[in-house]
Amino acid sequence: MDIRPIFSTLRRHKITSLLLVLEIALTCAIVCNAVFLISQRLQRTEMVSGVAEHELVQIHVANIGKPADARARAQEDLALLRRIPGVTAAALLNQVPFTNSSSNTGIKLDPTQKLHTLSATMYMGEGVIDTLGARLVAGRDFNADEYMDFDAMRSDPDLQSKVGSVVITQALGERLWPGESALGKNIYLGETSVRVIGVVQSLIRPSLFRGDDSAQWTMVFPLRMSAASATRYVLRTAPGQRESVMAAAGKVLRENDPRRIILDTKTLDDIRSHFFQNDRAMAGILVGVIIALLVVTALGIVGLASFWVAQRRRTIGVRRALGATRRNILHYFQTENFLLATIGIVLGMVLAYGINLFLMAHYELPRLPAVYFPVGAVALWVIGQLAVLGPALRAAAVPPVVATRSV
Amino acid sequence: MFAYYMDLALRSLKRNPVLTALMVLAIGLGIGASMTMITVLHVMTNDPLPERSTHLYTPHLDPLPLDYSHGGSGIDPSDNLTWPDAMSLLRAHRGVHQAAMAGGTLLALPVQSGLQALYAAGRYTTADFFALFGVPFEYGAGWSAADDTAGARVVVLSDELARKLFGRADVVGRTARLGELDYRVVGVVTRWDPAPQFYADSTGSQFSDIDTFFLPLSVAVNEDLPVSGNESGWGDDEKTGSSKRGAAMSWLQFWVQLDTPAQVADYRQYLINYSAQQKALGRFQRPPTNATLFGLMDWLAHQNLVPNDVHLQLWLALGFLFVCMVNIVALLLAKFLRRSGEISVRRALGARRRDIFVQLGVESALIGVAGGTLGLAIAQLGLWSVRHRPGDYARIAQMDPSMLAGTFVLAVLASVLAGLLPAWRACRVAPALQLKAS
Repeated sequence: MDIRPIFSTLRRHKITSLLLVLEIALTCAIVCNAVFLISQRLQRTEMVSGVAEHELVQIHVANIGKPADARARAQEDLALLRRIPGVTAAALLNQVPFTNSSSNTGIKLDPTQKLHTLSATMYMGEGVIDTLGARLVAGRDFNADEYMDFDAMRSDPDLQSKVGSVVITQALGERLWPGESALGKNIYLGETSVRVIGVVQSLIRPSLFRGDDSAQWTMVFPLRMSAASATRYVLRTAPGQRESVMAAAGKVLRENDPRRIILDTKTLDDIRSHFFQNDRAMAGILVGVIIALLVVTALGIVGLASFWVAQRRRTIGVRRALGATRRNILHYFQTENFLLATIGIVLGMVLAYGINLFLMAHYELPRLPAVYFPVGAVALWVIGQLAVLGPALRAAAVPPVVATRSV
Repeated sequence: MFAYYMDLALRSLKRNPVLTALMVLAIGLGIGASMTMITVLHVMTNDPLPERSTHLYTPHLDPLPLDYSHGGSGIDPSDNLTWPDAMSLLRAHRGVHQAAMAGGTLLALPVQSGLQALYAAGRYTTADFFALFGVPFEYGAGWSAADDTAGARVVVLSDELARKLFGRADVVGRTARLGELDYRVVGVVTRWDPAPQFYADSTGSQFSDIDTFFLPLSVAVNEDLPVSGNESGWGDDEKTGSSKRGAAMSWLQFWVQLDTPAQVADYRQYLINYSAQQKALGRFQRPPTNATLFGLMDWLAHQNLVPNDVHLQLWLALGFLFVCMVNIVALLLAKFLRRSGEISVRRALGARRRDIFVQLGVESALIGVAGGTLGLAIAQLGLWSVRHRPGDYARIAQMDPSMLAGTFVLAVLASVLAGLLPAWRACRVAPALQLKAS
């Protein structure tokens, strides 16, 4: 199809055409970046935790006053919990994934180092790895005789040096000793050295306030918690029995110590979903913005195209009288829109890149991958063609006889 | 004349109801989205204590070792003070009022039987806190400096917590159990919730947290009560580093009231002298001039409390408004030019360019008023949804009268601006030419 007549028509509506191109360009640029942001947010909610999320239940308790004989109380609690039908493992932990509450400590590779190499989180409790369902990829889990009492250690700092072993994540090992096996290596907590005896595939930090890059910098220590030093009971359940276990567990704990308050009983799936709710909310807002933008742009195109069709009724009539088919007229308006959209999209790509540079500079976002550019382009071509179809069909329906009528 | 233009505009708008609705909708959506986000940003950067903020200052020292690096974690330990430094500043008594403080969460036991215990968030602070911030008392009063020194187990409750624990607010003299200890209630304060909670540690949720109790800082230190803010240690010796009295752990906030510029200058000098003295003693390593004094609003700006997501959403909303504006300019232009015939008849009958311009401007403004009304409704809907969204600023997302007026002005301004170019273009239509052509 000859596009010269289209250009000469558009030249007569320079400002209007330019505005339409500008609108398409802006929409295209924002849509590209918004889709990228959505994918970033959704990807974040998929973050690997390394634990058997669908099987876990957390019971968070609070004590009124210091529990008498806290160590025995914890062991009793756990024994009773393990007896609940459907419970496959139970542990009392200092922290649980996605609860936004964590203990962290600076670690060194050399005791003479002045500054810490990095700060990692510490999981403590008997049977952390088994109960959470973290997967060992090298070395071993702690032996029963390696566990020490956390309370005893806290009251006697000299005992700290006796905690000889630690299990770390693959990611932490790779960060500390790139390219080497972490097994058998030593890390230093203050003056104390501990040896890596096992490596788990992954185990997420309970809170990510230090950024997502360090999400897997995790250590597990062979320390036994007491009812005074830890408040989070974690149960691993057989498939399908989570609900019944949750109902029974609260009752068991309350009966064993009526002076205790059950703060909440939640599945790890729920805890996880709550943890990422901001990301999902942001993704939802972005989807809303994309839809609103596309609708407004589409309506703008419909409006303008309708004006142009109404304005050119006589011209269309003349063309029809001179032998143009309905199809020719339809294609004319479709091509016109395609041309405007294409110019807008090309401009939009440049703008999208610019917006991405701005976001990278101010909001620590990564570079916009090239695959997102076609997303915006296709969206606007499709929207443009759909929007212009109505007015173009109306134009095609103009009868040749219009040419002979005066206004 | 204006009434005539109004009539013309209304007629013209009625002639294309769909198009008119479209333009009103576009401007309403754009304005609604922008005003929602501008309002959120506005309330987040609000002055939390308008009557006092100009006289409130927070001193900052730099006790960190020369080679200390916080490893890009975003938490700067020198944002808070150590116990020895806070106590020195308190004893020096250089301001009109001053108080050291830290946040804490304790389990509170209701006196009425049958009620569940609850976690209460509150503040460990010193006697001057209430006078410093002008906390309004409903019953009783705060405690004295002597109580601070003696570590007296006294507490001031918020009206809300008093009602939860005792079922009533008039509870001065009664005993409240918080955590493991009993405290004598000496005062009850009416609802006092500056947002953001500027005096709290920056790692908390400063827009949603409200203090429900206040008790002497000395008790918190003596009894080693749990602190809910950031406690950063930098000592090599883990034993002193993790103790509340340690000189190498910062965990306290400090505020001081200074009424005149001379007092402010004096206080600044005092902080530098203090740092120099500490450096001479070998405790501080960094230059004494690192010591600074922030005003309340400067401190909030320094903390950068507005999350990146909110900034991003504002940019998105403004981008959206801009697209809507471009859309309206294009539609108005097409619409006005289509009326070239009518315009040229009016011009031929003696209307000046200015008349045409004003006439079309009135039409744009009319769209703006309608769009602004719609935008206001959409913004209210948007804010309602913000209040139901996660995020600790949700509770304060409300429009005040100035924002309401601002929304309207923005809408009318936006659409008049959008109408300027089309109106200017249309008023240049030659009087007779158009008549000839048709």
